[in-house]
Amino acid sequence: MSTETAEKVLEEKKDVEAFLSKRRKKLITDPLVDDNPITIQVLGICSALAVTTQLQPTMIMALSVIFVIVMSNLVISLLRNKIPSRVRIIVQLAIVATLVTLVNEVLKAFAYDMYKELSVFVGLIITNCIVMGRLEAYAMGNKPYDSILDGFGSGLGYSWIILAVAFFRELLGSGSLFGVPVYDAISGLIGEDFNLATNGLMVSPVGAFIILGLIIWVQRSKTGYVEH
Amino acid sequence: MQQSNAYVITFSVVLTIILGLLLSGTSEVLKPIQQKAEALDTKKQILGAVIPAEDIEAMKPDEIDAFYESRISSMVVNIDGEEVTEVGGSAITAESVDVSKNYKKAPEERLYPVFIFHAEGGPEDVASYIFPVYGNGLWDNIWGYLALQTDVNTIEGVTFSHAGETPGLGARITSRDVQSRYEGKQIFDDSGNLVSVDMQKGEGKDYSGEEHKVDGLSGATITAVGVNNMLKNYLKSYRSYIDKIKEGNQVALN
Repeated sequence: MSTETAEKVLEEKKDVEAFLSKRRKKLITDPLVDDNPITIQVLGICSALAVTTQLQPTMIMALSVIFVIVMSNLVISLLRNKIPSRVRIIVQLAIVATLVTLVNEVLKAFAYDMYKELSVFVGLIITNCIVMGRLEAYAMGNKPYDSILDGFGSGLGYSWIILAVAFFRELLGSGSLFGVPVYDAISGLIGEDFNLATNGLMVSPVGAFIILGLIIWVQRSKTGYVEH
Repeated sequence: MQQSNAYVITFSVVLTIILGLLLSGTSEVLKPIQQKAEALDTKKQILGAVIPAEDIEAMKPDEIDAFYESRISSMVVNIDGEEVTEVGGSAITAESVDVSKNYKKAPEERLYPVFIFHAEGGPEDVASYIFPVYGNGLWDNIWGYLALQTDVNTIEGVTFSHAGETPGLGARITSRDVQSRYEGKQIFDDSGNLVSVDMQKGEGKDYSGEEHKVDGLSGATITAVGVNNMLKNYLKSYRSYIDKIKEGNQVALN
């Protein structure tokens, strides 16, 4: 479907780049694996460890980060020729902080339980290096639409890693997924005597380190990435 | 690109004004919804001390409000157990008393809300007394609600919340598993001294025969001590009120 729309746009305006050209697709797909913010750039580790004990808060965190990255990339990119270069970091910070506060306020109003659990970590999105990194490295020098794609890609790259970590931590640590008791269901299927023990290590941040380490190991052995 | 100082200052001022307006605007718009969410959360915590958490989860916000209206009556008492209905000329209700703010005052000056769980439509037919408690954990404040049965001695149930205890360790005080350890324990000893209930050091021992001890939290001894102090302090403050209920019970028996 995407190729169809792309062709149409090409026919109409030959000199305009396709809506989702190869280069633009790369903006989204690169951060998923080859240039993943967590596993390759090793940014945003703090929140990856802190919020991932259960899937549901992790999901909210992931959506919040995607929202903040995309919106701040857009705003900074729109303003990129207006922002005085001497105060650009403060301007970026002010815009990110505003967006994060908005997310926090909305959570407080509409998902109070999540707000109670996440408020500290949502606040810390301000200092999440992925957000500032994309603003400084990309949005300051590129057009708004490209910046949105770039932010979305980085956000997704961050999200799938923390969701993967949360999946294993909740399953092994609490025996459930999205709060649904999976272990109990398995015991129910096989018989009362079949008891799966939950692993307390997975609930503590140490568990996140181990899972994250394993993910990085698997990924690097596949892609052959080596740190220089 | 080199900009003049005037441009930099103007840009900063304009940006600050825009962002400031945006934030205060959102805050104003969302405030009523947020306050409603907070009030609902408090009701959930109060009810959590007397009915199972699963039942509360299953209820919709409207149902929780209705249930709370029909089953909980409340009052405010002072350290001497006397009912307080107004402060400085304005009427107060238990729901409007901020326990965390009162915690900062000296115990003698605090206001103490009491929530009474009663049978539907019969405020006289008391099922349990619910007392808010507040204290310090390891990293930040902890608080909760303690429900006592009509003998004002046996614990019906507790709920605990925390602001920043360590996930997986101290934060376990919010888990059903830990809170259920308090059920059926007693706060007075046989000779009528207030001894409260203490969480022990270490975890995994069986304290089912001991009325004033519950199993501890492995790896979270400081949080456990915080919980113990919190219960002890507030039970001490509610002591006069509890004694009054006891006297009332005696009269009713005679």
